[in-house]
Amino acid sequence: MNRYRPRTFALEVSMIAIALVIGFPLYVLINLAVRAPSDTSSPISPTTTPTLDNFTEAWQQGGLGGALINSVLVTTASVLVALTISALAAYPLARSTARWSRGTFLLIMLGLILPFQLATLPLYQTMRDLGLLGQAWALILFYSGLQVPFTTFLYVGFLRGLPRDFEDAALIDGCGPLQAFRHVVLPMLRPITVTALVLNAVFVWNDFFTPLLYLSGSDQQTVPVAVAGFVGQFVSEWNLIFAALLISIVPILVLYFALQRSIINGFAGGLKG
Amino acid sequence: MTITSSDQPSASQVAAPLAVRPEGRIRTAPSWWFALPALILYAFVVLVPSARGVYYAFTDWDGLDPHFAFVGLGNFGDLFNDPDALQAIEHTLLIAVAITIIQNGVGLLLALGVNSAIKSRNVLRVFLFAPAVITPIVTAFLWRNLLGPGGAVNSLLSAVGLDSWQQDWLGDPQLALWSIVGVIVWQFAGYSMVIFLAGLQSVPLEIYEAAAIDGAGPVRRFWSVTRPLLAPAFTINLMLSIIGGIKLFDQVWALTGGGPGHATDTLSTLIYKDAFTLGEFGYSIALAVVLTIIVAVISTGQYAVLARREQAMS
Repeated sequence: MNRYRPRTFALEVSMIAIALVIGFPLYVLINLAVRAPSDTSSPISPTTTPTLDNFTEAWQQGGLGGALINSVLVTTASVLVALTISALAAYPLARSTARWSRGTFLLIMLGLILPFQLATLPLYQTMRDLGLLGQAWALILFYSGLQVPFTTFLYVGFLRGLPRDFEDAALIDGCGPLQAFRHVVLPMLRPITVTALVLNAVFVWNDFFTPLLYLSGSDQQTVPVAVAGFVGQFVSEWNLIFAALLISIVPILVLYFALQRSIINGFAGGLKG
Repeated sequence: MTITSSDQPSASQVAAPLAVRPEGRIRTAPSWWFALPALILYAFVVLVPSARGVYYAFTDWDGLDPHFAFVGLGNFGDLFNDPDALQAIEHTLLIAVAITIIQNGVGLLLALGVNSAIKSRNVLRVFLFAPAVITPIVTAFLWRNLLGPGGAVNSLLSAVGLDSWQQDWLGDPQLALWSIVGVIVWQFAGYSMVIFLAGLQSVPLEIYEAAAIDGAGPVRRFWSVTRPLLAPAFTINLMLSIIGGIKLFDQVWALTGGGPGHATDTLSTLIYKDAFTLGEFGYSIALAVVLTIIVAVISTGQYAVLARREQAMS
């Protein structure tokens, strides 16, 4: 089945055709983002006189610079906290056979089923009462807790497949539990950490609903909310909107193509978890 | 509150961390203290608000007024007499099922295509997965334009001579829901593909060769060799897409806002509207409780069925 036959060639051609159809929206996105608003030709015919004016204007009007910084900060901090506390929690949950351990694990797994719609409204009220609405860092608190069930699930599954001998040796040699965790367990968690990192980072970066609720009306925005605000403001100036959309996805796509192997493996890694 | 109650039984564990195992080796159970930071944040963000949510579902709270009344099952009674809510439940289920079937069908075909001897397989894999990492709200705004009356999709149809196929994809109440499904499939078929591909690559080549030598054709090989070995990938993919489909909010909000009329309102968009534009927090949370029940029933039910199927196949 590994030889290149005429049928393989036919498959190759059809797969490339499918890829072109899937890539078509991205072509239109770029095509219209570099087009002057006065040019009213068909959206699919290539733009004859490309311009970068839309990008400069979108950048100046959209507050995208600040939003990008906020998104980077919120994503980095949330993922760091979520991974740290979840890996720590997974250690006793995966190793202890006590009844409390199983109960706590199930309590945390309950979070995989509860939809965020149930918690967001009461939490919105709590955040308002504590004066946390409109503050980007409150999102870090939110995501860190929200991502605990999924991240703990990945870590516990992975840890249960790891032998205990190394930690036991470290403990017998006089390591404290925290030291054994840091120097012995943590390095072994590397593969699943990549998966957890990728999935959490993509989720936090892309999330729209939460910052829409908790940051609306404030000047602290994340990229998705800034983009939505931009679309609301420039309703039908699509060339400008497309430039803003493109600016917002370039950082993700650059990162994706640079790290595609780890990122794709990260997504597929859930299969083993 | 939740924390203290789950902490108490473990106090004895801290005092006696050493236990002698049957093998005679000394093993230490790591202290439960390690789980405390995660539990506190999880309780603050998810557990306590969810529990309060369930409570508010039985009240007429408007989200602001500290004085509100307990109305028992009133909200749920209203809900089942509210045509908008019933329609939203129907849309939610329809979207979730349609996405699950189409996205995984397309994803599986893509995975089989990429898992072949074609030269472009590595480039295609990276390219076909790319939409899945793009911010959903951004792709939704992009598609809102592409699917508009004078948008690129209609221009493309006209360019290939299919003028009669042109539609107001998001403005036509009959079509809008399916257009949303199409956008989701476009974005996430590559995600399903990657998971199927990981499953396909775990199938040892020798098994295929043995089957081919025994005279099995490609369809037979897929059905008898590949399909059973793909069972874990099916489980993950079906769970991800059905739960994602039920909770869907961003794309619907950006593509149609639930319209035209209520033609594409789902539980998620209705929850948002009732809470933040109508100020009906209690009612809105009752809708969220219904959503929770649907997610819980479908995900546990589906998991049970798929896990049994996986076992039967292995």
